[in-house]
Amino acid sequence: MKSPAPDEPPPASADAPGRRWEPAEASPGWSRRGAAAFVRKTAVIAEMDLRKLWHDPFELATRAIQPALWLLIFGEVFTRIRAIPTGDFRYLDFMAPGILAQSVLFIAIFFGIAVIWERDLGLVHKLVASPAPRLSLVAGKGLAAGIRGLSQAFFVYGLAWLLGVKLNWAPQALAGVMIAVLLGAGLFATFSLGIACIVKTRERFMGIGQVLTMPLFFASNAVYPVSIMPGWLKVLAHINPLTYEVDALRAMMLRGGSSLYGLGTDFAVLLGGGALLTVIAARLYPRIVV
Amino acid sequence: MNMIETHALTRCFGDLCAVDRLELTVGAAEVFGLLGPNGAGKSTVIRMLTTLLPPTSGRAAIAGHDVVKHPTEVRRTIGTVPQLLSADGSLTGYENLLIFAKLYDVPRSARAGRIGEALQLAGLEGAAGRLVRTYSGGMIRRLEIAMAMLHRPRVLFLDEPTVGLDPTARQAIWNHGRQMVRDYGTTIFMTTHSMEEADALCDRVAIMNRGRVAVAGTPDELKASVGGADATLDGVFAYYTGNRLETEGNYREISRTRRTAARLG
Repeated sequence: MKSPAPDEPPPASADAPGRRWEPAEASPGWSRRGAAAFVRKTAVIAEMDLRKLWHDPFELATRAIQPALWLLIFGEVFTRIRAIPTGDFRYLDFMAPGILAQSVLFIAIFFGIAVIWERDLGLVHKLVASPAPRLSLVAGKGLAAGIRGLSQAFFVYGLAWLLGVKLNWAPQALAGVMIAVLLGAGLFATFSLGIACIVKTRERFMGIGQVLTMPLFFASNAVYPVSIMPGWLKVLAHINPLTYEVDALRAMMLRGGSSLYGLGTDFAVLLGGGALLTVIAARLYPRIVV
Repeated sequence: MNMIETHALTRCFGDLCAVDRLELTVGAAEVFGLLGPNGAGKSTVIRMLTTLLPPTSGRAAIAGHDVVKHPTEVRRTIGTVPQLLSADGSLTGYENLLIFAKLYDVPRSARAGRIGEALQLAGLEGAAGRLVRTYSGGMIRRLEIAMAMLHRPRVLFLDEPTVGLDPTARQAIWNHGRQMVRDYGTTIFMTTHSMEEADALCDRVAIMNRGRVAVAGTPDELKASVGGADATLDGVFAYYTGNRLETEGNYREISRTRRTAARLG
């Protein structure tokens, strides 16, 4: 390959005839260049999503309503009746990390329907026909979900602080919460993408989305501890990644909080589960355009 | 070297073979039109050539790269404009171009130049900062072609590029296509329903019927084959497709065409 002459901005003849067909960049080798391409393309897919959000941030405001209702209504009432054993914490303190995890879950699950929408527009056809690695197409959506999730964290922290929740403001705790939110959002977004690639239509996805989000939320430790569940539900809660996300958030978000399963286990589940689901969704992804 | 070559290319869905042992060759800098009634298999051919759908059997190669064995090389070699409107309405024209320049590894140093050139060619300099959802149908199509050309593909696939456009917008798309061939030596592979379009734009056309090529040649050759000087491509089309009513084409395909037309209108 000839070494490319520096490509100048306009004029229209910037690309000399002799090298017009040479690819802009040689095919990445497997190993390091492949990994660099993966990271770069993942960032581009996330950038695409975030630019849309930038043009129309209204969605973020509406997304903040649901956690607010949970904290203000459900939280206030259940704090008063003391029906749920939450150890040293007020019920409101106990549930705040659960509500953060819930709002991140709902944002992430929405990505499946968004990709069906983009497929109907024809956008996905073009992405799948581009040289971007399939893993990037999926991981980029996961990253975008994570960044949207962080905006939820910002909001939930603000509200929790107003309600007097004992928040842990230590920088390493905040960083840990951010990572847990990114991983949790990525995990559930790629899960949702995989489902979308299987069911393919909006109608079917709406049905399935409902059937999945409710059990994911209620068969977890988000609003009550696993210890009060009947045996069969405990089993479900223990294979539900949301339980580990909430466990990690509860340990890091609250002053004096501690993890039931160990932060190592929590992050291993989130990271391992997310990676596995990304690989599966990337395998399924081309099916959505067929 | 032929830019597109297929040998016995076949794709079956259950018992139905949408594409049945297809033989095609398209040379460099040629504008090739694939014509045929709804359900003839045109879109299936494009999806196989653009690596979206694996063939059931047979082979296809783009610029010598096999579509099954070397899909990444094929994807770097081609640009695609799907029939559906695929520019993102919630981004500006500039952002659509920027994202695709990055996806296709246009080097950072060349990006601004390529994007500026693309906007100029598409006549969209004044609209670059506007959200694409405010564009007219013709503007969106021109933007999409510009997006597909950013990495200077050797082969450009256009799937019914002017469906739903008014005559002026159609003319602008044709001019844009001709300019791509002239300036960059691009090979264009397009499908169309419009005989007028095929006549105006294509060096060679193939008429497809029931998954196979019924006839191929230059528009003039085809006209001569069915009765000489006063024949039209419409006449050729009717002759080779048996003049049957459009009874094929499934619900999903039709709803897609209508949706595209509605969004353009």
